Parts: sequence; structure tokens; C-alpha cells
Amino acid sequence: MIAPNSLPRVLHEASGRPLSLAQHEEAFASAPRSGSLFEHLEASGLTGRGGAAFPTARKAKLIREQRSHNKFMVVNAMEGEPSSHKDRTLLSANPHLVLDGAEFLASVIGAKNIAVCVSRDNPAAVNHLKRAIHERERRSLRGPKLELHTPPWRYVAGEESALVHWLDDNESLPQYRPLRPHILRIGHGPVLVDNAETCAHVGLIGRFGSDWFRSVGTSANPGSTLVSVSGAVERPTVLEVALGTPLRSILEAAGADTTPQAVLLGGYGGTWFDGSRIDVPYASDTLQPLGATTGAGIIVVLPRNGCGIVETQRIAKWMANESARQCGPCAFGLPAIAEDLVHLTTNSRDAQAAYQRLVERCGVIEGRGACRHPDGVVRLVRTALDVFATDIESHLRGDHCAGSRSGQYFASVPSIEREEELVWE
Amino acid sequence: MGIRRRSGGFVLSVNPILCDGFGHCAELAPDLVHLDEWGYPIITTIPVPLSNLAALESARYAVRGCPRQALRIDRISDPS
Ligand SMILES: Cc1cc2nc3c(=O)[nH]c(=O)nc-3n(C[C@H](O)[C@H](O)[C@H](O)COP(=O)(O)O)c2cc1C
Ligand code: SF4
Ligand code: SF4
Repeated sequence: MIAPNSLPRVLHEASGRPLSLAQHEEAFASAPRSGSLFEHLEASGLTGRGGAAFPTARKAKLIREQRSHNKFMVVNAMEGEPSSHKDRTLLSANPHLVLDGAEFLASVIGAKNIAVCVSRDNPAAVNHLKRAIHERERRSLRGPKLELHTPPWRYVAGEESALVHWLDDNESLPQYRPLRPHILRIGHGPVLVDNAETCAHVGLIGRFGSDWFRSVGTSANPGSTLVSVSGAVERPTVLEVALGTPLRSILEAAGADTTPQAVLLGGYGGTWFDGSRIDVPYASDTLQPLGATTGAGIIVVLPRNGCGIVETQRIAKWMANESARQCGPCAFGLPAIAEDLVHLTTNSRDAQAAYQRLVERCGVIEGRGACRHPDGVVRLVRTALDVFATDIESHLRGDHCAGSRSGQYFASVPSIEREEELVWE
Repeated sequence: MGIRRRSGGFVLSVNPILCDGFGHCAELAPDLVHLDEWGYPIITTIPVPLSNLAALESARYAVRGCPRQALRIDRISDPS
């Protein structure tokens, strides 16, 4: 058993090589627990680590209450965020822990099938999972059937309705869900989708119980979480931290700039956060009142010599291109927003008008896509306008900061693919 | 007493994946729908009282008139 208050947990014994099934069982030897798995899941207070931070037990309960013989458990290891490395790091250390958690969740909801989804553009993770699933099959343990699925990598391919669409019909396109909560289905079978890291935590809760889980973190946000720190750091790092750890300590531990201008929290559909506030405990209940999110555990550090508006423009442009182009407000609105940001960052006479348009368009686009992709971009832009307000004023005066002229970038943005080259199936 | 009042409200909403943005709905239900700069409908998400018969009527016109069958009406029960 891992000692209650110690870290790392899901990265326990991580050495860069995945643990075999035998090593895994030795490293995570079970402790007897009383009470059902579902009771422990509920008492643990675990929330999803894929972005929305929704209570995992509540999602599981909804599917558990459905009557069906064809339920599915889906493990989301798509990791669509360009600056997230946590899921692949986890899979290169403890793939069996993720699969354990998926099996626990399958038993909670009564699913006979588990679909593990990882992007085909991430061959290392595909191999780790192939080997791990093979090892389990050789044991011929009874239990749900494990199947590996490898959709193409796209930002929205990891969105849960797109992922389920792909499993159902080989298309990575989000689905329209008028009523919430909406139950996603493969064929007629209700589906539970959980992020790979979420599953790994469930794997531990199933072994050691909810009290053990809650011995780290805060009472409102218990447990540990993986964070991917990039930007102004020596090298991009994945760390496992207790929720509630001061953001400053996380930056120190990652070897990042501890006097940043700002940090981007959550992901590319996340929130900019002022560098003067990094003493905040890193957890949803402390970040939310400040307008920020933990999201998928992404932290991009922007140093003082960077330009937040230029970074936002680069990200927004890429995100606009990643739209699945199914919905008008997303397909046309996001490129328009990205274009407005270009006017703000270049010496454009149109800058003042562009700023007004940007604010208006954010309001028009929000909430009008079938999925939350456009809402993420709106959130990114709005927090940028807030956190970088003084920079924007000088940009509007035609005074461009040193950062925007330096040509130095900190958020890693993949190269933009041409529309006709985007693969959705 | 004795008179059944229509309580609650309704919301008109669009499936943005089906919608083609030609904007017929804005002509059929001008009070409920206006179009964004790209021609896609912006519909109020605040429930309209069911007692507003004219609005309900026009919403029904829009639902029937939408060439993509992208619109739907949902009844929202009275919170009280
Ligand atoms: C545009 C978009 C992209 C997403 N990409 C991912 C992803 O790559 N991986 C992931 O785990 N969740 C992703 N999500 C979140 C999922 O929709 C879903 O909330 C999550 O997989 C649920 O798991 P959790 O409850 O364990 O967090 C994305 C959401 C959106 C709106
Ligand atoms: S909102 Fe954008 S990304 Fe989401 S389904 Fe519609 S077009 Fe695709
Ligand atoms: S009539 Fe239908 S398809 Fe046309 S704009 Fe309105 S909702 Fe979209």
C-alpha cells in the first residue's frame, strides 16, 4: 500500500518504462477494504481530470441506473490538448492502473465492454496499451472485454460525444445534445466516458478506499492531480501534486519561472491567470472565484518578456482551424475572432474597431455550438482581454510591447493543417 | 377555479449541426429569432410564457418552416 500522505500516487514507481502486470500487482498490492466500490467512489469526492471536473461518482450513477445489457465503459486517453502530456506520461508508467480503474468503473455501471481510446498519432501510448491489454488477455481473467481504439488525433476528437461518435460510426465529430444530462450511446448501449487519469485514481480508490484517497488534497478538492507545466520552464514537465498546493510551489517544483507575467490554466480552451496571484492554492474551489480553472491540469508559463495577446492569437488561430465546422457560429465565429486578434497584435489602424468586434463576437458565439469547443476559445479570449488589459491599451495606442516584437513564443502550437488535410475518420 | 390556465413556458432551440444558416426562421418568428453576422439564428434562451399565444404560434411556424428540421420547442414547467 502506498502510504496515505505520500506522493506520487498514480505515478508511483514511474521509471519511464511501463510496469508489467506482475510488477504492477506487486507495486500496488491490495489492502482489504470494507464497503462497496461505489460507496468509496462517492465518498472519495473524485472529480474528472479530463477538463470539466464533474464528480465521477455522479456520472457513474447516471449510467448505473440505466437498464441495458450493452453498456460501455470508455477510457478517454486522446489527450487532444497540445500542451498536455499527463495521459501519455501515465500510460508510459502505469497502464495497468488505468485499466484497473476502467474495470472497476465497468463493474460499478454494469458494463461488459471497455473501449480504451488513444490517438493513433501517439504510437508510444498505443504500444503500451496494446502490451498491457495483451498481458491481461493471457491471464484470461473473467471480466469485461478490453478493446483498444485509435481514432485520428484532432483537438475535438477527445470531446466525449465526438469520441463516442467515432466508436459508434467512425467519425470524430461531436453530437448535438439538446437536453442535459444527456446519455451518450454506442448502438443502444449507454456509455460512461472518463479520462485516463480519472480511471487511474479510481484504480487506487478501488484498492485503498476513500479515506486513503482523501488523506491528500483539501476537503473540498481531495486527492492528487497530474499537471503538465510548459512554457517558461527548463523542460516541459509532468508532476503529480496534491490539490490545494500553492501554484507557486508547483512552478518551483517544475523548475519554471516563478515571477511570470501570467499563466494559462486548464488548456487552450482555458483561462489566463495573472502572475501576481500565483500564491493561490491550485484547486477548483479556490481558482473558480478568481475566474480560473484547473481544467485538464495544463499550466503554460508566460514570462515577462512574452506577449499574452500574441500567444492568445496564435492559440485562437489554431483552435479555429480545429473546429469540426459543423456549426455556423463555431466554423465562422472562431476564424473571425482569430482575425480580430491579428488586428490587435499588428500595427493595424483597425485595432480599436477590432477590439470592439472581439468583445461583441465573444458574446454572440458563446453557447451556440453543439459542443463546448467555441466556449473554450471565448473563455481564453475573455480572460486574455482581462489579464492583459494594460498591454491591450498600449497595443491600441500603437505601442507594441517588446514581447510582441521579439518573435519568441511560449505556448506550443502545432502547425496549422490545411482544411482539406484534416482527418476526421 | 375551474379555468385551466396555461402555466409554464417554452424555449425554441436550434440544432446547430443541422442548421444551414439561410435564416427562414428569422422571418417566420421575428420576435424570437434574430440572425448573427453569418446568418445563423440567435434564439433567446429565456423561457417564453406559454400564455403568449402569438409567440408560440410563430415558434411553431418556424419549426414547420425550417427546411432542415433543425428547430425544436421544449416546454419548461413552471418553477413555482
Ligand atoms: C473540445 C473538447 C475537447 C476535449 N478533449 C478531451 C481529451 O482530449 N481528453 C479528455 O480526457 N477529455 C477531453 N474533453 C473532455 C471530455 O469531453 C469529457 O468531459 C471527459 O473525457 C470526461 O472525463 P472525466 O469526467 O474523467 O474528466 C474535451 C472536451 C472538449 C469540449
Ligand atoms: S461547436 Fe465547433 S467543434 Fe463543436 S461540433 Fe460544432 S463545429 Fe464542431
Ligand atoms: S430555418 Fe432552420 S436551417 Fe434555416 S437558419 Fe433557421 S434553423 Fe437554420
